[in-house]
Amino acid sequence: MSGENNPIAAPLAEVVQKHIPGATGIDALKRLSGGASQEIWSFDAVTPSGAVPLILRRAPGGFRDTGRSGTAVPLETEARLINLAAEVGVPVPPVRHVMTEEDGIGQGFIMDRIPGETLARKILRDEEFVEARPKLARQCGEVLARLHKVDKSKLPPLRVATGRDEVEQYFKTYKELDYPHPVFDLAFRWLRDNAPPDSTELTLVHGDFRNGNLMIGPEGLRAVLDWEIAHVGDPMADLSWICINPWRFGNIDMPVGGFGLREDLFAGYEAAGGGKVDPARIKFWEVLGTLKWGVMCMGMASAFLKGDRSVERATIGRRSSETEVDLMRLLAPLTGKEQ
Amino acid sequence: MQDQPSAIELIEVVGEFIRNHAMPQLKGHTAFHALVAANALDIVKRELEIGPKAGDEEHRRLKALLGKDGSIDALNRELCAKIESGEMTLDTPGLREHLWETTLTKLAIDQPKYSGYRRALEEKA
Repeated sequence: MSGENNPIAAPLAEVVQKHIPGATGIDALKRLSGGASQEIWSFDAVTPSGAVPLILRRAPGGFRDTGRSGTAVPLETEARLINLAAEVGVPVPPVRHVMTEEDGIGQGFIMDRIPGETLARKILRDEEFVEARPKLARQCGEVLARLHKVDKSKLPPLRVATGRDEVEQYFKTYKELDYPHPVFDLAFRWLRDNAPPDSTELTLVHGDFRNGNLMIGPEGLRAVLDWEIAHVGDPMADLSWICINPWRFGNIDMPVGGFGLREDLFAGYEAAGGGKVDPARIKFWEVLGTLKWGVMCMGMASAFLKGDRSVERATIGRRSSETEVDLMRLLAPLTGKEQ
Repeated sequence: MQDQPSAIELIEVVGEFIRNHAMPQLKGHTAFHALVAANALDIVKRELEIGPKAGDEEHRRLKALLGKDGSIDALNRELCAKIESGEMTLDTPGLREHLWETTLTKLAIDQPKYSGYRRALEEKA
């Protein structure tokens, strides 16, 4: 849908004139992607000194159905978290305006549009990022250390989930999907037997820190995006999620997002004051992260069988076996050496 | 007995048609979905080639592991329950081998190019 004839164009132009200094209107409005829980629009604010590149994140149709997904935070919360992250030095797109009822656009917020690349295929292969790649793992560690230090007393209400909580949540989903995967049961059993102690200190956790949600430039990490499943949990979860094999996009020997080494990620984390990295919890979260992706693939198969006739969704269902081989390599290594 | 070409040959030619003739005429999302569709046909082809024998072998291993008869679905569900309860573990004779064999076969059909699968084959060798 383009700018013209778009029902949000007029109210958005009005909001921008009111809240972006010097703005006289908007231009180049276009929908960037259609997530289930989020609309993302790109546009420019027109000002006498030039175009200001902006993004609108908005609930679909203006309102987020909070009953649909138990894990996504309201957009107002997301904006608040981005501001808190900015305060502790996490690179984020500055929030320009959080929508109110009188804006007539529904729930959402406007933030800066940071130039760069989020597609792993390009970040991992293109010449443009040749200098960024060796730096990224350490930068990710440093940024996560800061993110995990956000003052918990300042946080908006967030879901709190320990390792044990997440295991049980995904076990429930797995059982509801009702298709036998003995390797998944093996992983659930292992996770229950190896859950981090209840005394583990919990912090703000981004929850989806990986390729796709990181804006990268030729010099390195520019911004951490997509805070919609942020919650309070084990900080080791963020350090592990970016290391699961699906996010390596084929670069299996570069555990951190296909671009870097764990040693660099952990060194950056510890140097930036993130505290000691705990190898046992790292492994727990890598197993759980891998299993989560496998259960999500089962969910795709289930959505297909329930009537979503997309060829893409159908074939993603067949990707849960990829996570099974990853889980077997983690839990029952063929070389006798744990991965 | 059906006439020629075989099911596998039919799938191959439809895959070639999508990749070589249809896709170049398509754009954007539709072109992407055509590629996904061609990849899905590759899965079907590999399943026709590998699936029947591998399924029989998996079924035979399940019967031996669990010491009883039943459908492959029922036996897999029972295996899941025994692993979940801790009654069967990686130390149970035959379980580790069964899970590896089954997993590698699934990947050989679903996604033989997957990095984790390629690496597992190297480690097994």
